[in-house]
Amino acid sequence: MAQALDEIKIGGLGASRKRVEDDRFLVGKGNYIDDFKLPGMLHMEILRSPLAHARIKSIDTSKAWQIPGVHMVLTGDMAAQHNLAWMPTISYDTQPVLATDKVRFQGQEIACVVADDPYIAKDGCEAIVVEYEPLPVIVNPYQAVAEGAPIIRDDKEGQTDNICYRWEVGDREGTERAFAQADLVSKIELHYPRSHPSPIECCGSIADYNAATTKLTVYMTTQAPHIIRAAVAIVAELPEHMIRVISPDIGGGFGNKVPVYPGYVCSILCSILLARPVKWIEDKTGNLISTHYARDIYYKGELALRKDGKILGVRFHCDTDNGMSFSDAQPTKFKIGLIHSAFAAYGIPFGYMTAQGHYTNKAPGGVAYRCSFRVTEAMFFQERQIHAAADDLGMDQAEFRRVNLVKDDQFPFRTPYGFLLDSGQYEKCLDVALNAIGYKEFLREKEEARAQGRRLGIGISTMTEPLGAGNSREYDILGIKMFDSAELRVHPSGKAILKIGSKTQGQGHETTFAQIVTHELGIPAADILVQHGDTDNTPFGMGTYASRSTPTAGAATSMVARKIRAKARKLAAHLLEVSDEDVEWELGRFYVRGAPNRGVTIQECAMAAYGNMPDGMEPGLENNAYYDPPNMTWPFAAYIVTVEVDPETGVWDVLRMVAVDDCGVRINPMIVEGQIMGGMAEAFAMANMQFITYDAEGNCVGSNYMDYLLPTAWETPGFELHEVVTPSPHHPIGAKGIGECACVGGPAAFVNAVHNALDDLRIRNIDMPLLPHRVWEAMKYKRDVSGMPPLKTEAG
Amino acid sequence: MYPSRFHYEAPSTLDEAFEAIEAYGDEAKILAGGMSLIPLIKLRFAAPACIVDINNIPGLDYLEEESDGSLRIGALCRHRTLERSSLLRNNYPVMFATAPLIADPMVRNRGTLVGSICHADPQGDWASVMLSLGGEIIARNAEGRERSIPVSQFVVGPFQNSLQTGEIAVAAKVPPARGTRTGTYLKLERRVGDFATVGVAINLEMSGGTINRAGIALTGVGGNNIQCTSAEQSLAGKSLNASTIDQAARLAADAAQPKNDVRGSIEYKRHIVYTFVQRGLSSREARAA
Repeated sequence: MAQALDEIKIGGLGASRKRVEDDRFLVGKGNYIDDFKLPGMLHMEILRSPLAHARIKSIDTSKAWQIPGVHMVLTGDMAAQHNLAWMPTISYDTQPVLATDKVRFQGQEIACVVADDPYIAKDGCEAIVVEYEPLPVIVNPYQAVAEGAPIIRDDKEGQTDNICYRWEVGDREGTERAFAQADLVSKIELHYPRSHPSPIECCGSIADYNAATTKLTVYMTTQAPHIIRAAVAIVAELPEHMIRVISPDIGGGFGNKVPVYPGYVCSILCSILLARPVKWIEDKTGNLISTHYARDIYYKGELALRKDGKILGVRFHCDTDNGMSFSDAQPTKFKIGLIHSAFAAYGIPFGYMTAQGHYTNKAPGGVAYRCSFRVTEAMFFQERQIHAAADDLGMDQAEFRRVNLVKDDQFPFRTPYGFLLDSGQYEKCLDVALNAIGYKEFLREKEEARAQGRRLGIGISTMTEPLGAGNSREYDILGIKMFDSAELRVHPSGKAILKIGSKTQGQGHETTFAQIVTHELGIPAADILVQHGDTDNTPFGMGTYASRSTPTAGAATSMVARKIRAKARKLAAHLLEVSDEDVEWELGRFYVRGAPNRGVTIQECAMAAYGNMPDGMEPGLENNAYYDPPNMTWPFAAYIVTVEVDPETGVWDVLRMVAVDDCGVRINPMIVEGQIMGGMAEAFAMANMQFITYDAEGNCVGSNYMDYLLPTAWETPGFELHEVVTPSPHHPIGAKGIGECACVGGPAAFVNAVHNALDDLRIRNIDMPLLPHRVWEAMKYKRDVSGMPPLKTEAG
Repeated sequence: MYPSRFHYEAPSTLDEAFEAIEAYGDEAKILAGGMSLIPLIKLRFAAPACIVDINNIPGLDYLEEESDGSLRIGALCRHRTLERSSLLRNNYPVMFATAPLIADPMVRNRGTLVGSICHADPQGDWASVMLSLGGEIIARNAEGRERSIPVSQFVVGPFQNSLQTGEIAVAAKVPPARGTRTGTYLKLERRVGDFATVGVAINLEMSGGTINRAGIALTGVGGNNIQCTSAEQSLAGKSLNASTIDQAARLAADAAQPKNDVRGSIEYKRHIVYTFVQRGLSSREARAA
């Protein structure tokens, strides 16, 4: 009898296979946007506004046109002639491509120069003279609604204030009744500061319009090439089949490379006008000050509590600082992403939330920075609120969570805001984390240290997150439903090419998705090439963000492989000269029922598909699948951090960090662990140092890597990882999203730990990041510390 | 990022370097490590007409003690050399404590002490260290004449030094110790590679528990690196005890001229100066000496 295949050895489900992408990345053989050089290619640079709010009195480009090597100086007025001075946003607002009337944030695009090389293009930008009339500047939502505030969006007819949306969800009256029955109401107010996803590779594009064929090829840094193609077709009024978007290797996305940016649009317009390829490579400052930010939400929340610790209801309000346009990247139906997934895991019977968006003189955005549409904020607010409530009740942090977490037998569980949690073992995750950290022992250690004047603290955070949008009933972007796709071709020798609609930016899709095929067909992973990121050559998909690739494109991969297997079964029956029903499957091989030695491999079936198919069968072994998920997948995690705070300086060090993640079935455990560690590093960054703020004039503080702090290996603590596995009941292989969990749930663990270290001082909240001077101020004055801009900068 | 057009010279002798800077005058800029200059020209915050790269000039990369006990640091001596020097570990504790806190390993591989002091960034660490040691910069002109400029007179403003047109800083010098040196450099930074929120350089030269000479200087809390003369004087001739330490720390905090900014408030930064001077003077090494 033929020996059964070892699935791990051939790189199937559960194999910690090394990432195939790394071979080219580690030896410098990746192909990023700036590596592409096309014949006749020109270079574009952008002139940006130094002011945050000003009327443009004049733009004089004459000197720039005179510089030898300059081919084009494009202004907003010129773009307007092609109906491209403004463009639509994903949230049904408008955003300027190049400023015409006013500048509304520092870094806004005013003009661009196309030249023989980028040096000349930059010289051209410097030669443009812009006259401004400065206007009052708004850098937070409260200034935006203050009496006499200037109307930022005076370009919009009927816009008489600085509010860009209002939204509510939940059961207001039921929640009011719950609050009326409460023994105690616990409240907290805080700010999740503005942050920037800051991929190391900035944005860029090469637009190549061929005037002879009228085909437009755009090489660009995008996480969602197919959606971008649709957007370009709509914005530029070009036929979609004559647009090809190629997204090559991407140096990180984190949500920043989902939207359409003015630079892309300008390079396309300039290429069409000049009939030559035009390359635009954004610089770091341009990326940090103008492309889409994340977070920047002010939260006011309250919990209705019973004395025994049961939460009866939750109510909260969010004021979002949306910058100069409402550009949130989110499904159409929702105005503040999926922030109403807050408190989902806590089994609260009643909930109601409201939100209001505000125009300010800051860069637009609201992208889901390593999360599923503002879920990072949701989980942070949740865990800070839970932490405060446990303290208010005088209850142990772990016990308070345990009392309220959804129990294993309650799944599927409907939350008060309408989500359906698919599965989980929440209490078990919490217990694994508490055991790993040595919870009770640490609390004793903390008391002993306190007696010696040392401040130790422990912080718990749990998270769940709706991952894998769709389903198509509820989720769409610009009217296109949020499913995903896969196409699989098995060639005569049994080697295969898988094409997917999602797009890796470092997540390892080329490795993981092959493993799904291996699991379904038994073709070794090394024999499967995964392709993506080219709209001409891959099936339509919504792209990669919000941890949706495995839940959607991964599921589609399973489904298409199963279609292939079904056809292979017929081929096997033909080769084995038995009927279909008498053929049994084991990994990589069909055999005759009752005669296991009589079998054919999947590779032999593939050859037969091209050379020996039964009469009447269509040749070939390829297919595609579009997968519309029945529900989101809901991973869960419990994170615990211990810290020591220096009472004299406010500096805090992480002692230990324990992560227990349940993301269902792990396809490639090594990649999963890498994702958790990467997310946790970003969580630590948020808590410790990484944020963007503004001074009163609207100057962006955080416009380069000396001011916008990303932690290095030196600061980043070590992480201790553990797992619990609850397969998703509706995903074909039981997997759930994992790319973002630690980034979503992690920040509160660090922040709660520092607050726990100060628990004798009656401090309710220090805003992130917990910079040493903020912690010191809280300790010295025993008061809350707000991080709301404008930044205090006056000299002393 | 793309700098403005500039002329580039890479002389192989000092004489050729002088020719180049003579041709361009104030429009010439010396490139040693380039760790501050290159970012500035890349961002077009600086646009020198000529860059004179001195890296090909032999004889500038040295770190040696002279016969009189003074230390000379050549213009091309990298932070990395200082970080790994046993001479500094044994005899110049404040320098040895500082070197690993300069920026990050990549910067330390290229950047130089002399270049850092010439750059005169008020957040630069080395100028404070040299102030605490009573150090000097050796400037040389085209005729080969050298003059010594105390660092206290060399760094004259933010990003301003007192070199004259046509001079090149060829070395830094630390005078011989009056007794045994102890000291340290304490730096509060938000992240590796960050400029100091507050940096405190402490250099004590002691005999038998008595301080012959105290050097205390501050980074990041003023328009320049600040020498804490009053604090230094308060320690001269004394020994270290709770009271002298507290007094010196208070005087140092008074000497700071911090501003409110993203790194913290005036009050916080003064408090950190106090805390760091106190910690630096209370360290076991300082007390043991």
